[in-house]
Amino acid sequence: MVALSDYLTVGAILFCISMAGVFINRKNLIILLMCIELMLLAVNINFIAFSHFLGDSAGQVFVFFILTVAAAEAAIGLAILVVLFRNKRSINVDDLDTLKG
Amino acid sequence: MDLTLTSFAPAMPEMFLLGMLSLVLVVDLFLTERTRHITYILSLLSLAGTFWLVLDGYPRLPELAFHGSYINDPMAALLKLFMLLAVMVVLVYSKEYIKQRDMYKGEFYLLVLFATLGMLVLASAHTLLTVYMGLELLSLSMYAMVALRRDNVDASEAAMKYFVLGAMASAMLLYGMSLVYGATGTLDFALMGEAAAKLPTNDVTMLFGIIFMLVGVAFKLGAVPFHMWVPDVYHGAPTAVTLFISSAPKLAAFAMLMRIFVDGLGELHQQWQGILIVMALLSFGLGNLVAIAQTNLKRMLAYSGISHIGFLLLGVLSGTSEGYAASLYYAITYVVMSLGGFGMILLLSRAGFEADKLDDLKGLNDRSPWFALMMMMLMFSMAGVPPFLGFWAKLAVIQAAVGVGLVWLAIAAVVFSVVGAFYYLRIIKLMYFDKPESDAPIESSADLRILLSANSLAVVGLGLFPSSLLAICSASIG
Amino acid sequence: MLENYLPVLIFLVIGFGFGAFMMALGFILGPRRPDSEKLSPYECGFEAFEDSRMKFDVRFYLVAILFIIFDLEIAFLFPWAVVLREIGMFGFVAMVIFLALLVVGFIYEWKKGALQWE
Repeated sequence: MVALSDYLTVGAILFCISMAGVFINRKNLIILLMCIELMLLAVNINFIAFSHFLGDSAGQVFVFFILTVAAAEAAIGLAILVVLFRNKRSINVDDLDTLKG
Repeated sequence: MDLTLTSFAPAMPEMFLLGMLSLVLVVDLFLTERTRHITYILSLLSLAGTFWLVLDGYPRLPELAFHGSYINDPMAALLKLFMLLAVMVVLVYSKEYIKQRDMYKGEFYLLVLFATLGMLVLASAHTLLTVYMGLELLSLSMYAMVALRRDNVDASEAAMKYFVLGAMASAMLLYGMSLVYGATGTLDFALMGEAAAKLPTNDVTMLFGIIFMLVGVAFKLGAVPFHMWVPDVYHGAPTAVTLFISSAPKLAAFAMLMRIFVDGLGELHQQWQGILIVMALLSFGLGNLVAIAQTNLKRMLAYSGISHIGFLLLGVLSGTSEGYAASLYYAITYVVMSLGGFGMILLLSRAGFEADKLDDLKGLNDRSPWFALMMMMLMFSMAGVPPFLGFWAKLAVIQAAVGVGLVWLAIAAVVFSVVGAFYYLRIIKLMYFDKPESDAPIESSADLRILLSANSLAVVGLGLFPSSLLAICSASIG
Repeated sequence: MLENYLPVLIFLVIGFGFGAFMMALGFILGPRRPDSEKLSPYECGFEAFEDSRMKFDVRFYLVAILFIIFDLEIAFLFPWAVVLREIGMFGFVAMVIFLALLVVGFIYEWKKGALQWE
């Protein structure tokens, strides 16, 4: 039997990996977007696990909404990425340095 | 299941706005550049109609809808009224600016309306799910708005930074929500407090949940140490969008803070108070100090905004209803002043000229004594000089902090507001004692001039009768 | 009071440490003995025809973005269809409103020419 804490551990590990990914990655903005998606998936694991072990379906409903919003977020993110690439000819994280002060 | 129309009545303004939004979306498709003003007028009408519906349904007691996931109480109604008012002001202020910069498209108005809908939902949220939906509707619209000027490098870079940091903050908030859901077993704020009170005080799941949610909320508010996006986004975004981001969404972020941490987790006040104290102290400390070093007016106002958020947190962290009312008062006050400050940049800008440097204000008195006077009043108010509006707001939150024995924090707040007065006064010095760098006349439409004057005079008027607005705030916190 | 936050500090440290550790592990333990065969791109036994990071049309992005939004309505339609008998007329009307909003979005993207390839 898989215990609740196992699911939560997986969720926490996924969340940590994606967070480390956001901070360590300096090359590619697309990887950054993927890390953000991974964060949301880690949250989904948490919600589903809690929902199952509490016997309450609200958590699973929440997951549906997170999935939808994640898609919309990815769409906006990609759109901004395309605009940025057209202006800068680069999607390197280190090139985001015009605004300072 | 209660299917009668009355059970949806508390959400009537939002449903109306959604309907109007769909209408504007379709109508705008069939308009050309020359008939674009129809979109503008329709948007204003939608907002005005929503305003009237909120006013009409102003509740005495909290009303629930959608099985308890939606609440219409006096605080929600008051916040909504000011949000709608602020958005209408934004639309009037920004009309000329976006026309000159190739942003006069239906999308600008649609995104503003979508963001407004998100704010209204956020103000009325009564479950974690509703909070999330409202927040994302607001945030996603704002990311897109920042990137709206597609050929501008600064704007697209600001949009990317805003998006990445914002999406990360949302994910943190969600992670916190999932933990709180696990610890309390409910998403509903009405049941959450009770369940949370039963937990042992050092329940690790709950503690993590609270901290992650606070990180998310602090990011949306722009409180230190989660403020990195604020100066870059304010600076990089087109001024019309900066004006929007700095105004009504602050009310929404305040609503989010109140809903989650007071309605939902008010019982655990002891646990979140400590973090808020640190955030407040860092916010008004760092915000005021860094603002002094800025040469760009938009960046300076961004850091000043960060410091104002610090003051706003003072009231909430006190955990008393006087404190909440003071914070509500502060949030509204800040929005009025911020609208005036960024409105002034819009007034001075013209085609091909942004007017966002501090030097662009030099000698404003020679060019236009009237608007120099208006700007002076706004700056005095932001600095917290009596008898302007900002002073009373600062007084209220500081009193709230003193009321719960946080005297040292109140003293720190006073000290930093004196430090902050320096850079506001520098602007006044630039306007009155320096020579203008150009003597180009101020070109702007009459509606912008009139509304901006009214906005600035409101800072004086509300400052002379401080108790009226404060009394409304206190009554709506109840 | 501050010791209450100790678990959070530990969590953050472990979190960052874990991420960094995994990457470092691969970096340190992985043997690196490159030769020309290993470095050459592999494509089903053939010599590579072209650079694997070829650029493709940005319009594919647009199609993908539009697809993903409309694709996800299915996620709401499935659970709705399962319980439609229980939620009755109310559920039906609610879904009609939801789909009507989607149709408004569809009209918008159609009229904007987002579905046109040229």
